[in-house]
Amino acid sequence: MSREGWINAALYAGLLAVPLWAWLADEPFTITLATRVAILALAGVGLNIALGLGGLVSLGHAAFFGIGGYEMGILASHAQSYSPLMETPFLIEGTKSMPIIWLVAVLASGLAALVIGALSLRTSGVYFIMITLAFGQMFYFFAISWPAYGGEDGLSIYVRNGFPGLNTLDPIQFFAICFVLLSAALWLSARLAASEFGLALGAARQAPRRAETVGLSPYRLRLLAFVISGAITGLAGALFADLNRFVSPTMFSWQLSGELIVFIILGGVGRLFGPVAGAALFITLEHFLGGLSEFWHIYLGLLLLLVVLFARGGIIGLLAGRRVAHD
Amino acid sequence: MTDPVLSVQGISKSFGAVCASDGISLDLRQGEIHAIIGPNGAGKSTLIAQICGGLRPDAGRIDFLGRDITGLSVPARARLGLARTFQISALAMEDTALQNAMLGALMPRGGRLGFFRPVLRNAALRDTAMQALERVGLADQAALRTAELSHGQRRQLEIAVALTLRPRAFVMDEPMAGMGAEGSRQMTAFLEGLREEAPILLVEHDMDAVFALADRITVLVYGRCIATGTVAEIRASREVREAYLGEDA
Amino acid sequence: MTPVLFIEQVLNGLQSGVMLFLMAAGLTLVFGVMGLINLAHGSLYMVGAFTAAAVAGATGSFALALMAALAAAAAAGAIVELVVIRRLYDRDHLDQVLATFALILIFSEGTRYIFGSFPLFLDIPDYLSGPVTLPGGIQYPLYRLTIIGIGLTIAAGLFWLISYTRLGIRIRAGEADREMIAALGVDISKLYTIVFALGAALAGLAGALVGAIQSVQVGMGEPVLILAFVVIVIGGIGSIKGALVGAVLVGLTDTLGGLFLPALFALFMDNSAAQTTGSALASMLIYILMAVVLVWRPQGLYGARPA
Repeated sequence: MSREGWINAALYAGLLAVPLWAWLADEPFTITLATRVAILALAGVGLNIALGLGGLVSLGHAAFFGIGGYEMGILASHAQSYSPLMETPFLIEGTKSMPIIWLVAVLASGLAALVIGALSLRTSGVYFIMITLAFGQMFYFFAISWPAYGGEDGLSIYVRNGFPGLNTLDPIQFFAICFVLLSAALWLSARLAASEFGLALGAARQAPRRAETVGLSPYRLRLLAFVISGAITGLAGALFADLNRFVSPTMFSWQLSGELIVFIILGGVGRLFGPVAGAALFITLEHFLGGLSEFWHIYLGLLLLLVVLFARGGIIGLLAGRRVAHD
Repeated sequence: MTDPVLSVQGISKSFGAVCASDGISLDLRQGEIHAIIGPNGAGKSTLIAQICGGLRPDAGRIDFLGRDITGLSVPARARLGLARTFQISALAMEDTALQNAMLGALMPRGGRLGFFRPVLRNAALRDTAMQALERVGLADQAALRTAELSHGQRRQLEIAVALTLRPRAFVMDEPMAGMGAEGSRQMTAFLEGLREEAPILLVEHDMDAVFALADRITVLVYGRCIATGTVAEIRASREVREAYLGEDA
Repeated sequence: MTPVLFIEQVLNGLQSGVMLFLMAAGLTLVFGVMGLINLAHGSLYMVGAFTAAAVAGATGSFALALMAALAAAAAAGAIVELVVIRRLYDRDHLDQVLATFALILIFSEGTRYIFGSFPLFLDIPDYLSGPVTLPGGIQYPLYRLTIIGIGLTIAAGLFWLISYTRLGIRIRAGEADREMIAALGVDISKLYTIVFALGAALAGLAGALVGAIQSVQVGMGEPVLILAFVVIVIGGIGSIKGALVGAVLVGLTDTLGGLFLPALFALFMDNSAAQTTGSALASMLIYILMAVVLVWRPQGLYGARPA
């Protein structure tokens, strides 16, 4: 196994071991922290498909995270008030069932990514960054000004949604759900990267003219990557809302889009486990630095600056060294 | 005589007041190497871009394999079997030579991309790519990252990527660019054998190579074809010598 | 709806448009000349507002506050350029996004550390407060009218600067071809610092001017920054003219949308539903405008470069 492989295995084992220890030691707060790491890492893994594989610097992924969150909030709030979402032309009722909520989250955020991507991918580079940021902001303002689901105050869900056979209110069981979904996304992401699609997408990123002249359409490849990416980030949004039993417009905030990119950069761009390492470091810093100083974002900013200016491979790059060619 | 593989009929393209292609017509027949020469600014790049789909001509039409392709995109033309190589290598630098060579074989006419099977475990794809690498003499470098290859090796890899497309015609933009004398000689020998597989439309500045390889030559000056003919005809043409070869006739 | 209300809203749109222009002009120059995307431009807006509030609080002079805001933002811009930004010119956009995102964190938390979390207030000076009567009997706040005037004056000054001065020639040369201007013997790094500080000063001025209408608080810069991005996407990167047209378009769309859409929906909905639907849609209107421009002209209204 390569050095990066060992690091990934260690990260994976660590993310599993910490909450298990906390469960034995009866430290539910630590389990919650680990659950946050798993969910944010899942969102980052989603973004990484667009950013790492596709080279698409999206500063608007909070849109998908928020759509996932609101989708869960809307379905669950209708279920808890026993009022249907709509009655005509056909009846749609709310639900408290996680699998259905996940499916709808994936579909809704994937659809949004299709529309946003189809428009934004007509441009590239710095335009793309600004446009995705702007579309993210559009959802933010819409969530604030649409009063039906809480507007600025957000929407609370009294009881966490259910999963057949599990008690989702038990922190360790909810962690397990998130961990399994993260694992699935990592597996999917690795398969995609190694597949024909991944090869073609990589070519579209590194040499778009070449991709075209071998019959590949960079636009369609990127759009597909963007949709898959948005859908996974949307799923993470639904889980995040379930973790907090609360959703508010801040899930759509541009800072969140920025933080998702930060996870990837801190961890290492284009690395499978980059978002996991980055999210873990971010939450750890938030927990410890946040305990030391109210102004911990200054230190985070400085750290980030140092990483960008001097340690471009992120944590995994630092530990695993330069990437070598793999057969 | 059989129909030409590729036929360009009176295409024109202007950028503002500059006329980059002025009613150019030419064709590419089965089994030949057709070279396009001309001084810098003659409109060779614009012509190639129109043939391959990067630019849409203002007037005229382009047929490929008996089909009007004037309105098709770059990828659509490539899927029909029109393979292009670039003057400045356009390769995925982070990927290995083998991965690059596979690119051409990903879209066997009208195919779909796989999402789950690891591409490197696809034996058919791998074999196609390895064969192409062997043909251009890069088999030993298959596992190297493209960024680690020398300039000449990247030129060879350009050709290998075009080969895996199993093209019906090649359009090559200065394949000898930046190659040393020995490299140019090897490339010339290689292209010599390639013409039977698919005809080549060759834009090249290296006149030794052009005169050695070309069955026919078209001379482009200021966006217009001033002559088309065999090597001997072009060498003998007074007009060409005046306009291009710079000799006083 | 009365014509008076309409004209008032047009003026409001114009006012927010010219302020957006001050933000967008700096961003688009920095992108056009240095190829840099600067997320921290909003922080310079905030620096201007806080400096103005602090100086006005200490001295009581609004004019002094404005000048201090200009100077502080320009200085902050120059320092940031020297210390961080110039290391980013050769980097890809991802690194630029990240590093300037880090700068936002540092600026925002630094400001919170110095000034606390509570908003500051910058008062409109007496000689600019109160309404004026415009032709047609329309009452409009003098201060907002002054802002429009200042904004338009600066726009004119910028056009003059770009078109007729030595600095402007160099800036245009820099947009066209970086190597050429090095060949002309221009000290590029000095030029870059000046352009960046100039953009920063404009942002700082906008922050100070707007600070007197809204509250001065941490995080005030980013929403404006994102609007300025929308402006640039609409106007075309690197074009000052595009920035002006885009800014006024966005300003007007935003204000008039908030006025008209609810009224429009009231034609076929009951009043409260029209109010909510209309204002929710109005909040999305400028982004819809952006999407329309993207479909129609992906390079923006005045963008030269095909995107």
